[in-house]
Amino acid sequence: MAETTLPVATTPEPKLETMVERMRRRARLVLALRLAVLVFLIGGWELGVRFGWIDPFFFGQPSGIVDKLIDWFSNGTSIGPLWKQIWVTIYEAGAGFLIGAVMGILCGIALGRNQLLSDVFSIYIKVANSIPRVVLGSIFIVALGLGAASKIALAVVMVFFVVFANAFQGVREADKNLIANARILGASDWQMTRAVVIPSALSWILASLHVSFGFALVGAIVGEFLGAREGMGLLIATAQGSFDSNGVFAAMIVIAVVALIAEWILTMIENRLLTWRPETTVHE
Amino acid sequence: MDATSPSAIALHNVARRFVTPDGNVLSALEDFDLAIAPGEFCAVVGPTGCGKSTTLGLIAGLAKPQAGRVTLFDAPVDGVDRRVGFVFQQDAVFPWRNVLGNVMAGPLFRGVPRDKAEAEARDWITRVGLKGFEDHHPHQLSGGMRKRVALAQTFINNPQVLLMDEPFSALDVQTRELMQEELLQLWAQAKSAVLFVTHDLDEAILLADRVAVLTTRPARVKSVHTIDLPRPRDVATLRYDERFIAIARKISDDLREEVLRARAGH
Repeated sequence: MAETTLPVATTPEPKLETMVERMRRRARLVLALRLAVLVFLIGGWELGVRFGWIDPFFFGQPSGIVDKLIDWFSNGTSIGPLWKQIWVTIYEAGAGFLIGAVMGILCGIALGRNQLLSDVFSIYIKVANSIPRVVLGSIFIVALGLGAASKIALAVVMVFFVVFANAFQGVREADKNLIANARILGASDWQMTRAVVIPSALSWILASLHVSFGFALVGAIVGEFLGAREGMGLLIATAQGSFDSNGVFAAMIVIAVVALIAEWILTMIENRLLTWRPETTVHE
Repeated sequence: MDATSPSAIALHNVARRFVTPDGNVLSALEDFDLAIAPGEFCAVVGPTGCGKSTTLGLIAGLAKPQAGRVTLFDAPVDGVDRRVGFVFQQDAVFPWRNVLGNVMAGPLFRGVPRDKAEAEARDWITRVGLKGFEDHHPHQLSGGMRKRVALAQTFINNPQVLLMDEPFSALDVQTRELMQEELLQLWAQAKSAVLFVTHDLDEAILLADRVAVLTTRPARVKSVHTIDLPRPRDVATLRYDERFIAIARKISDDLREEVLRARAGH
């Protein structure tokens, strides 16, 4: 019932005011401390370099990284404009993520719903999952060439198993009571999958999507390391080749920003899809 | 209970056995006999873990007996039957659907056109007193309100056989009393045969025409008691009636024997 949230008017208001005030003050304190930690780390790094305690040749220098980023954004990188490199990597990671996620969800639901299929294939999936998949990158480069296809393939492989495992588990964890209820209410197998199994697996699947976009980025970048004509991975490899540690850090920051934006978009989608969940509606 | 009268639900010599993980055979039901006439309200009480829920699963077609016959209107049960409704002990409403979506789920599954299903659902939501909550999701409702959703979800399919597995056991005493009252009203209109499993003897007597007492595992029917209290019954005051107390005393002696045996045996 909704009445639990409304006893505000009757209780003395000043008390509540101070509680809100206290919460705000705490939030400000946390923010200030966070900034302090950042300033301390970056400032310490910069000062360490200035005083000669840290060798900028190996470990870079914050001001140098900022200069590098400005230079990249205004003049382009050694391998072409920065936007182009970012876009290529996003495209590879995004395409790999989409393909891998869709395949993972479909296979996870199919195997989760069918005992025989899952008994037959579970052993192979376990084996495939235990292979360090980054190694496959070399094969993909040989087979698919230096273009985007080999990076997408690597990202797909990275994403697929995470999403698959979660979708499978989510289907298996579907509440037995809900399934029995739907069956008695008259649901056919397909209606059951749509009305009960997929919605209950959805929170598992969405949780795996958060992790796996990161994996898709790793797949794309490692693929570019191994052999490419463009992309953030190549940019890092080039910087590494010319002993430019500031360049490596600058590329890392760009990639981190991309990952954070993707994470934010995924959280928005998740909140949209899971409005029925008590936790997410209370949150934001 | 004689062979010529029609029965809505009948179990003849039914046995249901499980194989435990260590290879033993566990018998939940053995030689189980019970018949319920159309429109009759029968309650089943017994010691905890004696196989009451197992019985409901067999009638609902969710499980098959290893021996004996389970029939609905004299036809053997083969899978889930459309005439059966089931109210579960735990929440079984769909948490991702709002109240309207939950109540109209049954008709939609059964192929009723959407607008007709929705009209029916709105009618049932009003009947169980949830008007104005159509757009709420289950987590926004209290336990009693979720139970009302479950009742509407079940009754909208117009079940001729209604199976209830300790449906009100998770509710507080006041809410439970309200829900019992409500159930009696719904049942009086629907005229379905009800098999109501409970561990609460008072609840069984308040609601039912007959109360069957089960033995400890393997469960059989130990005794059947006819409850000749007049209807309509007032759930709130009936439990202080002398006739109620006399019946309760008689059945509870029966039940206590089994509870003690269950405690000694397990």
